Amino acid sequence: MKTQAFRLLLVLLVFQSVVFAQSEGMVFIEGSRYIPLYGRDSTVVEVKDFEMDIYPVTNSEYMDFVTKYPKWQKSKALKLFTDKSYLANWKNDLEFKDSEHPNSPVTYVSWFAAKDYCECQGKRLPTVDEWEYVAMADQTTKDARVKPSYNEQILAWYEAPRSNENSIGQNPKNVWGVHDLHGLVWEWTMDFNSVLITGESRKDVDKDSNLFCGSAAVNATDLMNYAAFMRYAIRGSLKAKYSMKNLGFRCVKDTNKIN
Amino acid sequence: MVSLFAILALESCQSDKKSSAQITEVYQCPMQCEGDKTYHEFGSCPICKMDLKAVDNTLKKTINEGISDASIFNLTSQWHTEENQVIHLEDLKGKTLVMVMIYTSCKAACPRLVADMRNIEAQIPDNKIKDIQFVMVSIDPETDTPERLKAFAVENIMDDEQWTFLQGTESSVREFANVLSVKYKEISPIDFSHSNIISVFNAQGELMHQQEGLGVDNKETIQTILQVTP
Repeated sequence: MKTQAFRLLLVLLVFQSVVFAQSEGMVFIEGSRYIPLYGRDSTVVEVKDFEMDIYPVTNSEYMDFVTKYPKWQKSKALKLFTDKSYLANWKNDLEFKDSEHPNSPVTYVSWFAAKDYCECQGKRLPTVDEWEYVAMADQTTKDARVKPSYNEQILAWYEAPRSNENSIGQNPKNVWGVHDLHGLVWEWTMDFNSVLITGESRKDVDKDSNLFCGSAAVNATDLMNYAAFMRYAIRGSLKAKYSMKNLGFRCVKDTNKIN
Repeated sequence: MVSLFAILALESCQSDKKSSAQITEVYQCPMQCEGDKTYHEFGSCPICKMDLKAVDNTLKKTINEGISDASIFNLTSQWHTEENQVIHLEDLKGKTLVMVMIYTSCKAACPRLVADMRNIEAQIPDNKIKDIQFVMVSIDPETDTPERLKAFAVENIMDDEQWTFLQGTESSVREFANVLSVKYKEISPIDFSHSNIISVFNAQGELMHQQEGLGVDNKETIQTILQVTP
Protein backbone atom coordinates (compact mmCIF):
# COMPACT_ATOMS: atom_id res chain seq x y z
CA MET A 1 0.00 0.00 0.00
CA LYS A 2 2.75 2.32 0.99
CA THR A 3 4.72 1.70 -2.19
CA GLN A 4 1.59 2.24 -4.25
CA ALA A 5 1.03 5.58 -2.66
CA PHE A 6 4.65 6.41 -3.27
CA ARG A 7 4.35 5.46 -6.93
CA LEU A 8 1.27 7.58 -7.28
CA LEU A 9 3.10 10.48 -5.73
CA LEU A 10 6.00 9.96 -8.07
CA VAL A 11 3.72 9.94 -11.08
CA LEU A 12 2.01 13.07 -9.85
CA LEU A 13 5.32 14.80 -9.34
CA VAL A 14 6.53 13.96 -12.80
CA PHE A 15 3.19 14.88 -14.28
CA GLN A 16 3.19 18.16 -12.46
CA SER A 17 6.53 19.27 -13.77
CA VAL A 18 5.42 18.45 -17.29
CA VAL A 19 2.12 20.26 -16.99
CA PHE A 20 3.43 23.39 -15.34
CA ALA A 21 6.52 23.87 -17.44
CA GLN A 22 4.51 25.25 -20.29
CA SER A 23 4.71 29.03 -19.95
CA GLU A 24 6.11 30.44 -23.14
CA GLY A 25 9.78 31.26 -22.99
CA MET A 26 10.15 29.83 -19.50
CA VAL A 27 11.35 26.58 -18.01
CA PHE A 28 10.31 24.77 -14.87
CA ILE A 29 12.78 24.85 -11.99
CA GLU A 30 12.24 22.21 -9.36
CA GLY A 31 12.87 23.68 -5.93
CA SER A 32 15.21 22.19 -3.39
CA ARG A 33 17.45 23.09 -0.48
CA TYR A 34 21.02 24.27 -0.93
CA ILE A 35 23.71 26.30 0.73
CA PRO A 36 24.28 29.61 -1.05
CA LEU A 37 27.40 31.65 -0.55
CA TYR A 38 25.48 34.07 1.65
CA GLY A 39 21.99 33.09 2.62
CA ARG A 40 20.26 33.31 5.92
CA ASP A 41 23.11 32.70 8.36
CA SER A 42 25.07 31.17 5.50
CA THR A 43 23.21 27.94 6.03
CA VAL A 44 20.74 25.92 3.99
CA VAL A 45 18.02 27.87 2.21
CA GLU A 46 14.92 26.43 0.61
CA VAL A 47 13.84 27.36 -2.88
CA LYS A 48 10.31 26.50 -3.93
CA ASP A 49 9.35 25.35 -7.43
CA PHE A 50 9.18 28.18 -9.95
CA GLU A 51 9.54 29.00 -13.61
CA MET A 52 12.35 31.09 -15.03
CA ASP A 53 12.76 32.98 -18.30
CA ILE A 54 15.08 31.05 -20.60
CA TYR A 55 16.79 34.27 -21.73
CA PRO A 56 17.38 37.69 -20.22
CA VAL A 57 15.00 40.42 -21.41
CA THR A 58 16.22 41.86 -24.73
CA ASN A 59 16.37 45.37 -26.12
CA SER A 60 13.49 44.72 -28.48
CA GLU A 61 11.33 43.20 -25.73
CA TYR A 62 12.00 46.25 -23.61
CA MET A 63 11.05 48.43 -26.57
CA ASP A 64 7.64 46.73 -26.67
CA PHE A 65 7.32 47.40 -22.95
CA VAL A 66 8.04 51.14 -23.10
CA THR A 67 5.76 51.45 -26.10
CA LYS A 68 2.95 49.97 -24.06
CA TYR A 69 3.88 51.71 -20.79
CA PRO A 70 5.16 55.19 -21.75
CA LYS A 71 5.95 56.03 -18.13
CA TRP A 72 9.12 53.95 -18.52
CA GLN A 73 10.35 55.77 -21.64
CA LYS A 74 13.72 57.40 -21.36
CA SER A 75 12.42 60.96 -21.08
CA LYS A 76 9.41 60.16 -18.91
CA ALA A 77 10.79 57.83 -16.25
CA LEU A 78 10.56 59.34 -12.77
CA LYS A 79 13.70 60.46 -10.99
CA LEU A 80 12.57 58.54 -7.95
CA PHE A 81 12.95 55.33 -9.92
CA THR A 82 15.87 55.97 -12.30
CA ASP A 83 19.21 57.75 -12.46
CA LYS A 84 20.67 59.79 -15.30
CA SER A 85 22.08 56.84 -17.17
CA TYR A 86 18.70 55.10 -17.53
CA LEU A 87 18.58 53.75 -21.11
CA ALA A 88 21.77 55.67 -21.86
CA ASN A 89 22.26 53.53 -24.96
CA TRP A 90 18.96 54.72 -26.46
CA LYS A 91 18.73 57.59 -28.91
CA ASN A 92 15.32 58.66 -27.71
CA ASP A 93 12.14 57.27 -26.17
CA LEU A 94 11.52 54.68 -28.84
CA GLU A 95 14.85 54.03 -30.60
CA PHE A 96 18.08 52.54 -29.39
CA LYS A 97 21.41 53.71 -30.77
CA ASP A 98 22.56 52.20 -34.06
CA SER A 99 25.30 50.29 -32.28
CA GLU A 100 22.73 48.32 -30.27
CA HIS A 101 21.26 45.00 -31.36
CA PRO A 102 17.59 44.21 -30.82
CA ASN A 103 18.60 40.78 -29.60
CA SER A 104 21.11 41.93 -27.02
CA PRO A 105 20.07 41.95 -23.39
CA VAL A 106 18.54 45.25 -22.28
CA THR A 107 20.83 47.07 -19.87
CA TYR A 108 20.93 50.54 -18.31
CA VAL A 109 17.68 49.72 -16.51
CA SER A 110 16.93 50.38 -12.86
CA TRP A 111 15.59 47.85 -10.36
CA PHE A 112 12.25 49.67 -10.29
CA ALA A 113 11.94 49.41 -14.07
CA ALA A 114 12.91 45.74 -14.07
CA LYS A 115 10.45 44.97 -11.28
CA ASP A 116 7.61 46.73 -13.08
CA TYR A 117 8.47 45.04 -16.37
CA CYS A 118 8.14 41.62 -14.76
CA GLU A 119 4.93 42.52 -12.92
CA CYS A 120 3.39 43.76 -16.14
CA GLN A 121 3.99 40.29 -17.63
CA GLY A 122 2.39 38.66 -14.59
CA LYS A 123 5.85 37.66 -13.38
CA ARG A 124 8.33 38.92 -10.82
CA LEU A 125 12.08 39.31 -10.34
CA PRO A 126 13.86 36.25 -8.94
CA THR A 127 15.15 36.35 -5.37
CA VAL A 128 18.89 36.17 -4.87
CA ASP A 129 18.49 32.62 -3.57
CA GLU A 130 16.45 31.56 -6.61
CA TRP A 131 18.85 33.15 -9.06
CA GLU A 132 21.91 31.63 -7.43
CA TYR A 133 20.19 28.24 -7.24
CA VAL A 134 19.69 28.06 -11.00
CA ALA A 135 23.03 29.70 -11.71
CA MET A 136 25.04 27.07 -9.84
CA ALA A 137 24.20 24.56 -12.58
CA ASP A 138 26.34 23.88 -15.60
CA GLN A 139 25.35 22.00 -18.74
CA THR A 140 25.14 18.64 -17.01
CA THR A 141 24.88 19.14 -13.23
CA LYS A 142 22.48 21.04 -11.01
CA ASP A 143 25.20 21.96 -8.56
CA ALA A 144 28.41 22.37 -10.48
CA ARG A 145 30.11 24.64 -7.99
CA VAL A 146 32.69 22.04 -7.01
CA LYS A 147 33.84 21.57 -10.59
CA PRO A 148 36.94 23.62 -11.41
CA SER A 149 35.67 24.04 -14.98
CA TYR A 150 32.49 25.77 -13.76
CA ASN A 151 34.34 28.51 -11.96
CA GLU A 152 36.95 28.88 -14.66
CA GLN A 153 34.28 29.51 -17.26
CA ILE A 154 32.56 32.18 -15.23
CA LEU A 155 35.77 33.92 -14.32
CA ALA A 156 36.82 33.86 -17.97
CA TRP A 157 33.62 35.76 -18.71
CA TYR A 158 34.28 38.29 -15.97
CA GLU A 159 37.52 39.04 -17.79
CA ALA A 160 35.93 39.28 -21.25
CA PRO A 161 35.14 42.86 -22.26
CA ARG A 162 31.81 44.14 -23.55
CA SER A 163 29.96 40.86 -23.40
CA ASN A 164 26.77 42.90 -22.94
CA GLU A 165 26.83 43.66 -26.66
CA ASN A 166 26.43 40.00 -27.61
CA SER A 167 23.09 38.49 -28.52
CA ILE A 168 21.21 36.26 -26.13
CA GLY A 169 21.40 32.48 -26.39
CA GLN A 170 25.02 32.17 -27.49
CA ASN A 171 26.10 30.62 -24.24
CA PRO A 172 25.10 26.96 -23.85
CA LYS A 173 21.98 26.31 -21.80
CA ASN A 174 22.44 24.81 -18.38
CA VAL A 175 20.88 21.59 -17.16
CA TRP A 176 17.59 23.40 -16.40
CA GLY A 177 17.42 24.75 -19.95
CA VAL A 178 18.29 28.31 -18.96
CA HIS A 179 20.70 30.38 -21.08
CA ASP A 180 23.04 33.25 -20.27
CA LEU A 181 22.96 33.36 -16.46
CA HIS A 182 26.72 33.62 -16.89
CA GLY A 183 28.57 35.03 -19.85
CA LEU A 184 26.38 37.94 -20.87
CA VAL A 185 25.30 40.48 -18.23
CA TRP A 186 24.76 40.71 -14.48
CA GLU A 187 21.10 40.51 -13.53
CA TRP A 188 18.86 42.34 -11.07
CA THR A 189 17.29 40.33 -8.29
CA MET A 190 14.23 41.16 -6.20
CA ASP A 191 16.04 41.37 -2.87
CA PHE A 192 19.48 42.53 -4.04
CA ASN A 193 19.30 45.02 -1.19
CA SER A 194 19.56 42.22 1.33
CA VAL A 195 23.32 42.14 0.89
CA LEU A 196 24.57 44.48 3.58
CA ILE A 197 27.92 45.62 2.36
CA THR A 198 27.62 49.20 1.19
CA GLY A 199 30.20 51.69 2.29
CA GLU A 200 28.06 53.12 5.02
CA SER A 201 27.06 49.71 6.26
CA ARG A 202 30.46 49.36 7.82
CA LYS A 203 29.24 51.63 10.53
CA ASP A 204 25.51 51.24 10.64
CA VAL A 205 24.41 47.67 10.15
CA ASP A 206 25.26 44.28 11.48
CA LYS A 207 27.08 43.83 8.23
CA ASP A 208 28.17 40.79 6.32
CA SER A 209 31.76 41.60 7.06
CA ASN A 210 32.69 38.25 5.60
CA LEU A 211 32.11 39.80 2.22
CA PHE A 212 34.78 42.39 2.70
CA CYS A 213 38.31 42.21 1.39
CA GLY A 214 40.61 39.24 1.74
CA SER A 215 39.10 37.63 4.79
CA ALA A 216 35.90 37.30 2.85
CA ALA A 217 37.03 34.60 0.50
CA VAL A 218 38.42 32.62 3.40
CA ASN A 219 35.19 32.64 5.35
CA ALA A 220 32.83 32.04 2.45
CA THR A 221 30.94 28.78 2.63
CA ASP A 222 32.52 27.57 -0.55
CA LEU A 223 36.12 28.48 -1.15
CA MET A 224 35.80 27.68 -4.83
CA ASN A 225 33.05 30.14 -5.36
CA TYR A 226 34.96 33.31 -5.97
CA ALA A 227 32.66 34.16 -8.88
CA ALA A 228 29.58 34.10 -6.68
CA PHE A 229 31.45 36.23 -4.18
CA MET A 230 31.84 38.87 -6.87
CA ARG A 231 28.14 38.79 -7.65
CA TYR A 232 27.20 39.35 -4.02
CA ALA A 233 29.70 42.17 -3.81
CA ILE A 234 28.16 43.85 -6.86
CA ARG A 235 24.66 43.50 -5.41
CA GLY A 236 25.83 45.09 -2.20
CA SER A 237 27.10 48.11 -4.08
CA LEU A 238 23.93 48.76 -6.06
CA LYS A 239 21.09 51.14 -5.39
CA ALA A 240 17.68 50.48 -6.90
CA LYS A 241 17.66 53.55 -9.15
CA TYR A 242 21.10 52.80 -10.61
CA SER A 243 21.51 51.78 -14.23
CA MET A 244 24.60 50.02 -15.51
CA LYS A 245 25.98 49.09 -18.88
CA ASN A 246 26.32 45.42 -17.98
CA LEU A 247 23.31 44.96 -15.72
CA GLY A 248 20.10 43.50 -17.16
CA PHE A 249 17.42 41.19 -15.79
CA ARG A 250 15.09 38.28 -16.38
CA CYS A 251 11.80 37.33 -14.74
CA VAL A 252 10.46 34.30 -12.89
CA LYS A 253 6.99 33.12 -11.98
CA ASP A 254 5.58 31.03 -9.16
CA THR A 255 4.16 27.78 -10.44
CA ASN A 256 0.39 27.46 -10.30
CA LYS A 257 0.26 24.45 -8.09
CA ILE A 258 -3.05 22.70 -7.75
CA ASN A 259 -3.17 20.76 -4.51
CA MET B 1 -1.47 34.06 -3.44
CA VAL B 2 -0.71 34.03 -7.12
CA SER B 3 -3.95 35.74 -8.04
CA LEU B 4 -3.37 38.39 -5.38
CA PHE B 5 0.00 38.99 -6.93
CA ALA B 6 -1.53 39.27 -10.38
CA ILE B 7 -4.03 41.83 -9.14
CA LEU B 8 -1.27 43.87 -7.55
CA ALA B 9 0.75 43.68 -10.72
CA LEU B 10 -2.19 44.78 -12.77
CA GLU B 11 -2.80 47.69 -10.47
CA SER B 12 0.75 48.94 -10.75
CA CYS B 13 0.64 48.60 -14.50
CA GLN B 14 -2.44 50.71 -14.90
CA SER B 15 -1.04 53.55 -12.88
CA ASP B 16 0.98 54.88 -15.78
CA LYS B 17 -1.88 57.09 -16.90
CA LYS B 18 -1.20 59.45 -14.04
CA SER B 19 2.03 60.80 -15.43
CA SER B 20 0.43 62.28 -18.52
CA ALA B 21 -0.46 65.63 -16.91
CA GLN B 22 1.22 68.46 -18.76
CA ILE B 23 4.13 70.43 -17.39
CA THR B 24 3.67 74.18 -17.27
CA GLU B 25 5.81 77.06 -16.14
CA VAL B 26 5.00 78.28 -12.64
CA TYR B 27 5.66 81.78 -11.25
CA GLN B 28 5.94 82.92 -7.69
CA CYS B 29 6.67 86.16 -5.80
CA PRO B 30 10.37 86.18 -4.85
CA MET B 31 9.44 87.46 -1.38
CA GLN B 32 6.71 84.84 -1.07
CA CYS B 33 4.25 87.47 0.19
CA GLU B 34 1.43 85.01 -0.33
CA GLY B 35 3.26 82.00 0.96
CA ASP B 36 3.39 79.18 -1.54
CA LYS B 37 0.85 80.73 -3.90
CA THR B 38 1.89 80.38 -7.54
CA TYR B 39 0.75 81.88 -10.84
CA HIS B 40 0.65 80.36 -14.27
CA GLU B 41 1.45 83.66 -16.03
CA PHE B 42 4.23 86.14 -15.65
CA GLY B 43 3.24 89.33 -13.76
CA SER B 44 3.85 91.17 -10.51
CA CYS B 45 3.01 90.32 -6.93
CA PRO B 46 -0.26 91.98 -5.86
CA ILE B 47 1.17 92.77 -2.42
CA CYS B 48 4.81 93.89 -2.81
CA LYS B 49 4.53 94.64 -6.58
CA MET B 50 7.77 92.84 -7.33
CA ASP B 51 8.09 90.90 -10.58
CA LEU B 52 7.13 87.27 -10.23
CA LYS B 53 9.93 84.79 -10.78
CA ALA B 54 9.75 81.45 -12.50
CA VAL B 55 9.93 78.68 -9.94
CA ASP B 56 12.84 76.28 -10.37
CA ASN B 57 11.48 73.76 -12.79
CA THR B 58 13.50 70.83 -11.57
CA LEU B 59 11.80 70.95 -8.18
CA LYS B 60 8.29 71.93 -9.05
CA LYS B 61 7.95 69.96 -12.26
CA THR B 62 4.32 69.20 -11.82
CA ILE B 63 3.59 65.64 -12.61
CA ASN B 64 0.82 63.76 -10.92
CA GLU B 65 -0.98 66.79 -9.49
CA GLY B 66 1.83 68.74 -7.97
CA ILE B 67 4.14 65.92 -6.98
CA SER B 68 7.65 66.18 -8.38
CA ASP B 69 9.08 63.11 -10.01
CA ALA B 70 11.52 62.60 -7.16
CA SER B 71 8.69 62.38 -4.62
CA ILE B 72 8.01 59.21 -2.65
CA PHE B 73 4.31 59.86 -3.22
CA ASN B 74 4.85 58.33 -6.65
CA LEU B 75 4.82 54.98 -4.87
CA THR B 76 1.31 53.60 -5.27
CA SER B 77 1.46 50.79 -2.73
CA GLN B 78 -1.10 50.43 0.06
CA TRP B 79 -0.22 50.36 3.75
CA HIS B 80 -2.00 49.54 7.00
CA THR B 81 -1.53 51.90 9.92
CA GLU B 82 -1.42 50.86 13.56
CA GLU B 83 -5.04 52.02 13.71
CA ASN B 84 -5.80 49.50 10.96
CA GLN B 85 -6.57 52.16 8.38
CA VAL B 86 -5.58 51.59 4.75
CA ILE B 87 -3.51 54.44 3.36
CA HIS B 88 -1.25 55.39 0.46
CA LEU B 89 1.94 57.29 1.14
CA GLU B 90 0.37 60.21 -0.68
CA ASP B 91 -2.12 60.53 2.17
CA LEU B 92 0.79 61.79 4.27
CA LYS B 93 1.34 64.67 1.86
CA GLY B 94 1.47 68.17 3.35
CA LYS B 95 3.51 67.32 6.42
CA THR B 96 7.23 66.97 6.91
CA LEU B 97 7.95 63.25 7.16
CA VAL B 98 10.59 61.70 9.37
CA MET B 99 10.82 58.04 8.43
CA VAL B 100 12.66 55.03 9.72
CA MET B 101 12.46 51.29 9.09
CA ILE B 102 12.29 49.01 12.11
CA TYR B 103 10.59 45.83 13.31
CA THR B 104 8.99 45.34 16.67
CA SER B 105 10.64 42.09 17.71
CA CYS B 106 14.06 43.67 17.24
CA LYS B 107 16.23 43.60 20.32
CA ALA B 108 19.47 45.22 19.22
CA ALA B 109 19.45 48.25 16.94
CA CYS B 110 15.76 49.16 16.79
CA PRO B 111 15.31 50.28 20.40
CA ARG B 112 18.15 52.70 19.81
CA LEU B 113 16.66 53.84 16.51
CA VAL B 114 13.33 54.35 18.25
CA ALA B 115 15.14 56.29 20.96
CA ASP B 116 16.78 58.44 18.27
CA MET B 117 13.35 59.16 16.78
CA ARG B 118 11.95 60.09 20.19
CA ASN B 119 14.96 62.23 20.86
CA ILE B 120 14.41 64.11 17.61
CA GLU B 121 10.71 64.49 18.32
CA ALA B 122 11.40 65.89 21.79
CA GLN B 123 13.53 68.68 20.34
CA ILE B 124 10.85 69.96 17.97
CA PRO B 125 8.98 73.00 19.29
CA ASP B 126 5.32 72.29 20.11
CA ASN B 127 3.95 74.66 17.47
CA LYS B 128 5.64 72.66 14.67
CA ILE B 129 4.70 69.19 15.79
CA LYS B 130 1.32 69.29 14.05
CA ASP B 131 3.09 69.75 10.70
CA ILE B 132 5.42 66.81 11.16
CA GLN B 133 4.69 63.12 10.97
CA PHE B 134 7.06 60.54 12.43
CA VAL B 135 6.65 57.34 10.46
CA MET B 136 7.96 53.92 11.44
CA VAL B 137 7.80 51.40 8.61
CA SER B 138 8.03 47.74 9.55
CA ILE B 139 10.48 45.59 7.63
CA ASP B 140 8.69 42.52 8.98
CA PRO B 141 5.13 42.88 7.62
CA GLU B 142 4.32 39.29 8.46
CA THR B 143 4.86 39.65 12.20
CA ASP B 144 4.08 43.33 12.59
CA THR B 145 0.32 43.40 12.17
CA PRO B 146 -1.59 46.62 12.90
CA GLU B 147 -2.47 45.20 16.35
CA ARG B 148 1.13 44.50 17.14
CA LEU B 149 2.24 47.92 15.91
CA LYS B 150 -0.44 49.55 18.02
CA ALA B 151 0.74 47.66 21.10
CA PHE B 152 4.32 48.69 20.35
CA ALA B 153 3.23 52.32 20.00
CA VAL B 154 1.41 52.27 23.32
CA GLU B 155 4.24 50.50 25.08
CA ASN B 156 6.80 53.03 23.81
CA ILE B 157 4.55 56.01 24.47
CA MET B 158 4.45 56.82 20.76
CA ASP B 159 0.72 56.70 20.35
CA ASP B 160 0.11 60.42 19.86
CA GLU B 161 -1.09 61.76 16.52
CA GLN B 162 2.35 62.64 15.23
CA TRP B 163 3.43 58.97 15.25
CA THR B 164 2.40 56.59 12.49
CA PHE B 165 3.35 52.94 12.14
CA LEU B 166 3.00 51.23 8.77
CA GLN B 167 2.61 47.62 7.72
CA GLY B 168 3.10 46.88 4.01
CA THR B 169 3.62 43.72 2.00
CA GLU B 170 6.92 42.00 1.37
CA SER B 171 7.12 43.58 -2.06
CA SER B 172 6.04 47.09 -1.06
CA VAL B 173 8.46 47.11 1.88
CA ARG B 174 11.29 46.00 -0.41
CA GLU B 175 10.39 48.81 -2.83
CA PHE B 176 10.14 51.39 -0.05
CA ALA B 177 13.50 50.32 1.38
CA ASN B 178 15.01 50.77 -2.06
CA VAL B 179 13.69 54.30 -2.25
CA LEU B 180 15.38 55.00 1.09
CA SER B 181 18.49 52.98 0.13
CA VAL B 182 17.89 50.91 3.23
CA LYS B 183 19.24 47.39 3.10
CA TYR B 184 17.85 44.54 5.11
CA LYS B 185 17.94 40.79 5.28
CA GLU B 186 15.94 38.23 7.18
CA ILE B 187 18.35 36.25 9.33
CA SER B 188 15.81 34.08 11.07
CA PRO B 189 12.02 34.26 11.25
CA ILE B 190 12.23 36.88 13.98
CA ASP B 191 15.51 38.57 13.25
CA PHE B 192 16.69 40.95 10.52
CA SER B 193 19.87 42.85 9.95
CA HIS B 194 19.24 46.26 8.49
CA SER B 195 20.73 49.68 7.86
CA ASN B 196 19.97 52.33 10.43
CA ILE B 197 18.85 55.33 8.46
CA ILE B 198 16.48 58.11 9.50
CA SER B 199 15.15 60.00 6.46
CA VAL B 200 13.53 63.44 6.30
CA PHE B 201 11.10 64.28 3.51
CA ASN B 202 9.52 67.65 2.85
CA ALA B 203 5.75 68.10 2.53
CA GLN B 204 5.95 67.14 -1.17
CA GLY B 205 7.64 63.87 -0.36
CA GLU B 206 11.10 64.82 -1.59
CA LEU B 207 14.06 63.42 0.29
CA MET B 208 15.86 66.26 2.10
CA HIS B 209 18.21 64.56 4.52
CA GLN B 210 19.36 61.17 5.71
CA GLN B 211 21.00 60.41 9.00
CA GLU B 212 22.95 57.18 9.12
CA GLY B 213 24.08 55.26 12.12
CA LEU B 214 23.00 54.72 15.70
CA GLY B 215 23.10 57.31 18.43
CA VAL B 216 24.73 59.84 16.10
CA ASP B 217 24.40 63.58 16.51
CA ASN B 218 20.83 64.55 15.60
CA LYS B 219 21.63 68.21 15.04
CA GLU B 220 21.61 68.23 11.25
CA THR B 221 18.47 66.12 11.08
CA ILE B 222 16.61 68.46 13.40
CA GLN B 223 17.90 71.47 11.50
CA THR B 224 16.60 70.05 8.26
CA ILE B 225 13.24 69.25 9.80
CA LEU B 226 12.86 72.79 11.09
CA GLN B 227 14.01 74.23 7.78
CA VAL B 228 11.50 72.37 5.65
CA THR B 229 8.62 72.77 8.08
CA PRO B 230 7.02 76.20 7.65
